[in-house]
Amino acid sequence: MFGYYLDLAWRSLKRTPILTGLMVLAIGLGIGASMTMLTVLHVMTDDPMPGRSAQLYVPHLNPLPLKGNFFANGYDPSDHLTWPDAMALLKAHRARRQAALAAGYLLVRPAAADLRTFYVSGRYTTVDFFAMFGVPFEHGSSWNEAEDSANAHVVVLADSLARKLFGDTDAIGKMVRLGENDFRVVGITTDWHPSPLFYADERAKRYADRDLFFLPLSTAVDLNLNTDGSVDSWGKMPNGDMRSATTAWLQFWVQLDGPTQAAAYKRFLIDYSAEQKSLGRFQRPATDATLYSLMGWLAHENLVPGDVRLQMWLALGFLLVCMVNVLALLLAKFLRRSGEISVRRALGARRRDIFVQFGIESAVIGVAGGVLGVLISELGLWSVRHRPDDYAHIARMDASMLLTTLALAVFASTMAGLLPAWRACRVVPALQLKTL
Amino acid sequence: MHPIISALKHHKTTVVLVALEIALTCAIVTNALFLIGDRVAAIRAPTGVSDNELVWAQTSGLDLGQGGKAGDDTAADMAALQGMPGVESVVTTSGLPLSGDMFSRSVYRRSGDKGSSLDNVVEYMGSPGMLRTLGIKVSEGRDFLPKEHVDYDPFKKGQLPPTVAIITRTLAEELWPGQDPLGKTFWQDSNGKDALQVVGVVDHLLNPQINNAQGIDRSFILPVAMVRGGLYVLRVKPGARGAVKRDLPEVLTRIDPLRMVTEDHIYSDTVSDFYHGDRAMIWVLVVVTSCLLALTALGVVGLSSFWVQQRTRQIGIRRAIGATRRDILRYFQFENLLIVTAGIVIGSLGAVGLNLWLMQRYELAHMPLAWLATGAVVLWLLGQLAVLGPALRAARVPPVVATRSV
Repeated sequence: MFGYYLDLAWRSLKRTPILTGLMVLAIGLGIGASMTMLTVLHVMTDDPMPGRSAQLYVPHLNPLPLKGNFFANGYDPSDHLTWPDAMALLKAHRARRQAALAAGYLLVRPAAADLRTFYVSGRYTTVDFFAMFGVPFEHGSSWNEAEDSANAHVVVLADSLARKLFGDTDAIGKMVRLGENDFRVVGITTDWHPSPLFYADERAKRYADRDLFFLPLSTAVDLNLNTDGSVDSWGKMPNGDMRSATTAWLQFWVQLDGPTQAAAYKRFLIDYSAEQKSLGRFQRPATDATLYSLMGWLAHENLVPGDVRLQMWLALGFLLVCMVNVLALLLAKFLRRSGEISVRRALGARRRDIFVQFGIESAVIGVAGGVLGVLISELGLWSVRHRPDDYAHIARMDASMLLTTLALAVFASTMAGLLPAWRACRVVPALQLKTL
Repeated sequence: MHPIISALKHHKTTVVLVALEIALTCAIVTNALFLIGDRVAAIRAPTGVSDNELVWAQTSGLDLGQGGKAGDDTAADMAALQGMPGVESVVTTSGLPLSGDMFSRSVYRRSGDKGSSLDNVVEYMGSPGMLRTLGIKVSEGRDFLPKEHVDYDPFKKGQLPPTVAIITRTLAEELWPGQDPLGKTFWQDSNGKDALQVVGVVDHLLNPQINNAQGIDRSFILPVAMVRGGLYVLRVKPGARGAVKRDLPEVLTRIDPLRMVTEDHIYSDTVSDFYHGDRAMIWVLVVVTSCLLALTALGVVGLSSFWVQQRTRQIGIRRAIGATRRDILRYFQFENLLIVTAGIVIGSLGAVGLNLWLMQRYELAHMPLAWLATGAVVLWLLGQLAVLGPALRAARVPPVVATRSV
């Protein structure tokens, strides 16, 4: 029967090409607009570390005094740790792996005469960073535990920076001048850039930035190297002392195996806060301390700009209007065929058959609308990619979103067809046949 | 009117659907128009400087962030920039409207009284000739005198700050609501000890960045001898801007080959870049709104045509018993007016609700009721336009149809 209903639907749609075109256009536009914005949202909230993200957590302490306006810059300074707190968590070693990190921005002075000086972004961090995030090395390795705490002048370079500075020769063991200091290259990573750059702070362009060098945090603090992230101080002005207990600027990540360890770590954070409170350093309740999962952290950081969300709601509202539009048109179209329905009913078709027949007709419109919707959303994504925003370049549709588009289109048009199909199958045959 | 309503009762579902579609369209379109108006107003807000006659640049020495030697070449740089063809004047400033980085601090209405503070007030600093070069218009009071420019860097200790300031109208209103700010004194520094006397007021001067904490244009200008590590702002004849921007990095690197020119922009591009997100938003809103209106109109055309076709016999009968073409036309137009009005009434409530919901989530302003009226007029016109074709077709139905049995 399916083939027969498909044939009927095709004939019926062909009979009213303008109306059919209008309905397909409505579904296509609604789906196209919605899927453009849903795809943008999908890629922006994607898991940056598939397979690893479930083990990664961010500890959150609150060393801020009770009084004061700390949110002037639109974020919470306690999202970052102070140097003493970060060092305490590192030394406690309660997680399988833990790393403190901060953004760096340094001037590179290439030895090669034909290269001008330039700035690069990178990360100051501790040794567990590489194993915890699974940073792939092309040559060499990270610095070791001893170098990590000994303010060693060592650096790990990303492949693209190593190539730029040293060409195709092996860069391991070579010296590179960053800022005013020389660093020995100990490792080269492949170009590794999770999207979003989840471990960076809110100052970063997290969909565009990438780290081209990594060097020990202790060395960076020792040399007072330039940091490129948020630095928030309260209490007495610490005059640029990054080791100050009242300056929050470090990001901190831990790797924990499973929820039991996570619960234990959270308890540890609360105990630590209680201890700090009894020492008079923290003022807020110890239970303010908490632990974010990676995805929970990204949600907390609210990476998606308000405008993108607003545009998504606009697109979904648009889809709703399109559906109502199709619903009204289908109702008119189906009821106009009361005569035809009555003849079929008189010849023995059950109400269910009529319902299925019209259901299939709306689904056919959905499929056509879905195909149009895919084209329109490709067009929409193309225009998004031409925005100058940092997320623009990742706005691409993948296979799963493509299938979602088609499924959503068929779902939307079938939903819109439900009421009209139901009304159609309630047509009283006798009344209609009389007028024929 | 009564027969129209009773006739509508026979098509309850369809009528409800059309009214619902109109209502949804009305709610969305009204809010979209409001958003468009809001963004357009933001883009058109005057920056307070001569947008089309400025070029700016920023350099960094090798010791940026470490030694503080950056800007030692400032005097030589300024002389070199001044010598470029097409350049009328050069100043150093701490920032330009919409240029990005800014510095803000608390100011006090009473000396040393923390309770009288106003937080997050943006501080602009500029070297002699700043107002003239940037094209900032003093609406009340006067420009700085040359002797008022002093050696001052807020990050250095032991320097006496300037004693006069020019403030924006917004800051004046917040410091002393409803009073004449000229000659009044406010205090800055972390303890509120340094007095600043207001010598001038400017009506427009946007902040280097626009956000919730610092607001849009709440700032004061301090006269300093030179802003180290600040921006070079060049007043340039509009036609020469491209050439000046092109040659600028070379002129600056010639003075100190080791440093980098980190920023060099034609100022009107800076302004335009600042608003790119708003422009994208306006574009999206315009496209979606037009599609929405077009689709709604086409939907109304489709349904009206269907009704006309369905009622051909009734129209024939009415015509046969004396109704004129005009009566039939009016009938359909009035029917449309009724349905659209019902939709607009529901839609206006929806629009207000949607606006309240958006206000909670996206820090939007209250929608002025004028936008509701605009949305209503647009939809009324749209409805009438959409029904005109089908209604004219209905009016052409000849009375003889009544006598035909189908």
